[in-house]
Amino acid sequence: MSTNTVVETIKPPALNKGVLGWVKSHLFNGAFNSITTILILLVGLKYVPPFVQWAFIDSVWFTGGQECHEATGACWSVVTQNIRFNIFGYYPYEHQWRPLAAMIILVLMLVYSRDWKRWNKRLGYVWLFALFVMGLLMKGGLFGLVSVESTKWSGLPLTLLLSFFGILASYPLGVALALGRQSRMPVIKTFSVVYIELIRGVPLITMLFMSSVMFPLFLPEGVTIDKVLRAQVAIIIFTAAYVAEVVRGGLQAIDKGQAEAAESLGLNYFQKMRLIILPQALKIVIPPTVGVLISAFKDTSLVVIIALYDILNTTKSILNVPEWTGFSTEAYIFIAAIYFTFCFSMSQYSRHIEAELEYKTDTQ
Amino acid sequence: MVSNNEKYTGKTYFWNDEKTRGIIYQVVTALLVAFIGYYLIANVQNNMAKQSIASGFDFLEKEAAFEIGESLIEYSAADNYGRALVVGVINTLKVSLIGMILTTILGTIVGISSLSSNWLLSRIGTAYVELFQNIPVLLQLFFFYALFYEAFPGPRQALQPISGLFISNRGVEFTVPAAHYAWSYAIVAFIAACVIAFIQARLARKHQEKTGYQFPSFWAGLAILVGLPLLTWAVCGAPTAMDVPALKGFNFQGGRNISPEFSALLFGLVLYTASFIAQIVRAGIQSITHGQTEAAMSIGLKPKNVLSLVILPQAMRVIVPPLTSQLLNLTKNSSLAVAIGYPDFVQVAGTTINQTGQAVEGVALMMLVYLTISLLTSAFMNWYNKKIAIVER
Repeated sequence: MSTNTVVETIKPPALNKGVLGWVKSHLFNGAFNSITTILILLVGLKYVPPFVQWAFIDSVWFTGGQECHEATGACWSVVTQNIRFNIFGYYPYEHQWRPLAAMIILVLMLVYSRDWKRWNKRLGYVWLFALFVMGLLMKGGLFGLVSVESTKWSGLPLTLLLSFFGILASYPLGVALALGRQSRMPVIKTFSVVYIELIRGVPLITMLFMSSVMFPLFLPEGVTIDKVLRAQVAIIIFTAAYVAEVVRGGLQAIDKGQAEAAESLGLNYFQKMRLIILPQALKIVIPPTVGVLISAFKDTSLVVIIALYDILNTTKSILNVPEWTGFSTEAYIFIAAIYFTFCFSMSQYSRHIEAELEYKTDTQ
Repeated sequence: MVSNNEKYTGKTYFWNDEKTRGIIYQVVTALLVAFIGYYLIANVQNNMAKQSIASGFDFLEKEAAFEIGESLIEYSAADNYGRALVVGVINTLKVSLIGMILTTILGTIVGISSLSSNWLLSRIGTAYVELFQNIPVLLQLFFFYALFYEAFPGPRQALQPISGLFISNRGVEFTVPAAHYAWSYAIVAFIAACVIAFIQARLARKHQEKTGYQFPSFWAGLAILVGLPLLTWAVCGAPTAMDVPALKGFNFQGGRNISPEFSALLFGLVLYTASFIAQIVRAGIQSITHGQTEAAMSIGLKPKNVLSLVILPQAMRVIVPPLTSQLLNLTKNSSLAVAIGYPDFVQVAGTTINQTGQAVEGVALMMLVYLTISLLTSAFMNWYNKKIAIVER
């Protein structure tokens, strides 16, 4: 005889599922983790509410410096009241829409080009045209735009200019140096090795010092080169050495058989590199390359030391005005947010590419 | 067999010969570099003659005539440029060495935290890395420097978290033991204890390899390190007099002082570099497969030995090379001191260039000093890396 009994489904204990279960397994699994969680929460309770009070509740946003000195909270007015000088620096006030337009074009172009499936010849021409338009907007002198000297270029446009062209020019130079380092010709190899190791051994500041105090001595009499351009050259020379080391890693990772296969097809050195080796090598080092480029972007802030007015230096000069002294924290948080946005999106982009590459190699 | 290899049967032009072509390329490159070098040097000489700037390193002997805010060796404005530059080098080394130690510790903690099974802790670790990595280190230095000046009160209202420690916008003042010969002997004893503890550890290890018997070398070493200096100090009369900083007029007298410049520089460098080291440590630990832990446990190792004998030695191999370059970056970034007024080597050299006009020599000295530091550090780390690398048989 058998009886059919319905077995009751036993639900898991309430503590092991849902929100409570998550809290238990992620925050209170074990004595050590429980203590850590409680400590973190206590520290958070002590410091977060006063910070929120300071930053949002007691803060003033659109007042003059006088009201700021009387307020107990954060003075975001230092940002809002000086925003145009902070972003555009000494660029003539009535023409500041021009750098703004140039920056918007740059960002739009970058966002559009993020997917490499769109990289083709036509996009290259569009980029050339966009660069021309941006240059025209910044410099002026044509089509009724008033000419603006490059010594007036400052703020965020200067930061973006230095980093964009620094990255653009240092990349091919770095690739050339990496190839030189791999070369079988002793003279070329020695020059590349000396260049890379010399530059990587010294801080960027010494290069900038060189560009600002030593470079004028290198030029024949009567020839002067604009300060921005000199800093730009220093950044390019510096970044190229780091790009070269990253690319070298990629070149070393390519199987020797690839080069041998290319040679057996009768390709010469340049065809072999351009068509077979570099496309593979550069692809696998995209993530570390983006890392170098992010560093280059952050490093442009060092031009403060040779008295160029990038966005960090315009902030400093605002803080030197008596009305706004004492609000450094607020002003620096604002530009830290700007830098963070750019760097973080670059690193997310590199992660995205990395994931895409991994997916591709997995399915092959 | 078909053999119509053009290279050997037919006539070859010399420019189609790979070897000859290589030589031509190299000669052209060498000539080009030599010509550019000659042109630049000629210009420099010409310009310096025109502006009547002296050349050579004679200026090192001349009186510097500027003060330096902080120095570990005796220095006054009457000393020569050479000594001023040495002060700068020492200051650079000081901030770099302390920074390297602190940033390695902090980076390791953050790296391990971001792997924690505690969700809150791992999120904080990740957020830390993202935040500090994506903000320029110079901005961080300015921020901490400004914070020091604006958030902390003047010397008169100095904060006193523990007795004898004062924090104000003039820096951190702390109590030190009053000068007594016992302290210097204790330091000598400590150095001797380090050597003895090292020898002791090696002997214990050899003994273990020979007999299998484990000598508690860690505790013995600790006892030597603590005991010997303590004993020396006690024998010399156990002085307990303290040099407490006290407010006199507008500033503190007595005790020791850490300047706001140094603090801000150290803070900025340590926090920034630690975010990179955290990532390296995390990657290093993640590179060790779980099988290693399981294997180590299955042969009966205790949990602490699993970490110290199996996981860490392997993780170190992945960690050390990138860690080296990060520590070097910290040293190079310490040159940003010039922006907040800490008298490091670049700042002193910069002042020297401004006063003497000898830019070429000044910049050459800067490069020389940093290259030396870089080469020495990487030589040491390469030696260490070789020591821990896989021994392939």
